[in-house]
Amino acid sequence: MLLLSLAWRSLRNRAVISGLTLLSIALSVALLVGIEHIRRGVRESFAGTIKGTDLIVGARGGTTQVLLSTVFGMSTPTGSVSWATYERWRAHPAVRWTIPYALGDAHKGQRVIGTTAEFFTRYRFRDRSVTFTEGGPPDTDREVAIGAEVAERLGYTLRSEVVLAHGVAAVSFAEHTAHPFIVSGIIDRTFTPIDRALYVTLDGLTAMHEAEEGAGGLMMGPPTTQTEGPAPITAFLVGTKNRFETLQLQREMNEDRAEPLTAIIPGVALGQLWQTIGSAEVGLRVVATLTLIVGLIGMCVALFASLESRRREMAILRAVGAGPRTIVSLLVIESGVLAILGAMTGVAMVYGGIFLARSAVEARFGVALTLHPLGSTEWLYLGLIVVAGTLVGLLPAWRAYRNSLADGLSPSL
Amino acid sequence: MSDRTASRAGSAPAVAIRDLRFAYVAGRDVIDIPTLEFAAGETVFLHGPSGSGKTTLLGLIAGVLAPRAGHLTLLGTDLTTLSSGARDHFRAAHLGYVFQMFNLIPYLSVRENITLPCRLSATRRSRVTDPEAAAQALAERLEIAGLLESRVTALSVGQQQRVAVARALIGAPELIVCDEPTSALDADRRDRFLELLFANVAEAGSTLLFVSHDLSLAGRFDRTLALRELNRAATAGGI
Repeated sequence: MLLLSLAWRSLRNRAVISGLTLLSIALSVALLVGIEHIRRGVRESFAGTIKGTDLIVGARGGTTQVLLSTVFGMSTPTGSVSWATYERWRAHPAVRWTIPYALGDAHKGQRVIGTTAEFFTRYRFRDRSVTFTEGGPPDTDREVAIGAEVAERLGYTLRSEVVLAHGVAAVSFAEHTAHPFIVSGIIDRTFTPIDRALYVTLDGLTAMHEAEEGAGGLMMGPPTTQTEGPAPITAFLVGTKNRFETLQLQREMNEDRAEPLTAIIPGVALGQLWQTIGSAEVGLRVVATLTLIVGLIGMCVALFASLESRRREMAILRAVGAGPRTIVSLLVIESGVLAILGAMTGVAMVYGGIFLARSAVEARFGVALTLHPLGSTEWLYLGLIVVAGTLVGLLPAWRAYRNSLADGLSPSL
Repeated sequence: MSDRTASRAGSAPAVAIRDLRFAYVAGRDVIDIPTLEFAAGETVFLHGPSGSGKTTLLGLIAGVLAPRAGHLTLLGTDLTTLSSGARDHFRAAHLGYVFQMFNLIPYLSVRENITLPCRLSATRRSRVTDPEAAAQALAERLEIAGLLESRVTALSVGQQQRVAVARALIGAPELIVCDEPTSALDADRRDRFLELLFANVAEAGSTLLFVSHDLSLAGRFDRTLALRELNRAATAGGI
């Protein structure tokens, strides 16, 4: 208790140096813990891109490709799934609901997706469902619902007329073949790929393709080989009646003899994808760790620099009965106190920063930073920082020990 | 430990030295004292110019340095038989030390500087009913009561030296060692300082070992010793 009080008073006596040392440790701690928080926020946002869907089913192909083309609107679909196959699986006893996905043409760089009303009621991301800023889902084959970013980038508003079909320049048929859509609704910003897509009904998508074909334009969508019944789709999402049946259902689908399919579990596929793209965080962590090392070396330097002027103080402590070990303890406690206070300040900076910036960050990047309690990784960091800080204090303490043995009661100043 | 038995009421001398030798470098003794003894309660003036081994002898008596040979007995306890940790402990309990200058821990208040020995030694603590009250009483006797809450950096040298005496005396240690405590004071302040020192040492019943090169102070003491005559290493030109 005496040593702690002496160490505290001594640090306060050198307030500027102690404060700067503490600040440098706090900043590096804030960097480490902050990166950890942001990393977690980004990962949670990423993992929340699609929720509540148990299986994503596409034509036989790679897991990542099915995920990317269906959920992220990237890459090309693995192929098409016939309407009959879709119907067959929708009737499966383990299936509660399905959402068909027909990836169609791109409209000015944004994906057009044909789907049903199920999408707007069943689809979940980060435990939220699709909601509308204005209007609602497309009802007819002439309506389109658009993502927030599409609306913003292309300047579309409710009731805007959008021509989705290309190649309608053929002279005589122009007014008949062009199939203009009316914006039926603008979807609230989701911070998922939904923001960058346009949603039409399955009929709407077919109409759009027919218009293209009729006009002799380029066939962009999946080929409509059947003359009867709805056009094939590219994938469908499945919600099961019982989560425990998901694996069994996945296996059955993957072994479908009528049509080769690939069924993926979104959570697992997202996890695998994160493994590959998430490695950037390692670089951040390395930088933060280096910053921390610089901070600790700074503390070591500050303590070393103070030693020469403190030889007199050490002699006085020796005279009143302190042993050399007490001198060592005093310095180690000083560095320990700096490390602990630095760590606490750093954590406070992170929480303060998140508290102030989280709404702005969520609005700008869609990363939900939450003020969650420190996780085991963070506690591990903090523990290591305090231990490292205290150990770093051993170097100047050892020097002070040697000094105090050599000086005794008469430091040569 | 013999801490409690070595009380001032006992007949043991405050300091007893027999054939004490010490060298920083092997073969080059800086201390070689055949015999030296201070009675309990005695005030001793030790005259030691620089180079006479004064600093080294004080380091040995304080138990900060360990002798190479011989015996150094304080209050009946032979320091040469103690570990360095036990010597530190002994010093905290039984010795008050006043330096020539810079006696105070800069980041503690005057009051905290005075009570420091009571916080380091249970023995010193046990001899006062309340360290704060003891500090107050000593400060009044040493005419520094008004400075108790001051920062030590605000004190004059003379005031700092009185604070150092208060710290040396709190908890009434048996032996007070003063290493040229007046050399930084002018004549008037020096005389007043000595008056207060003597009065308070007498009050505590402590033995006083006062080292100085200023022989004009010697008349006030029970006994005057010249270290150059006691220390064979010094007379032989050891330093």
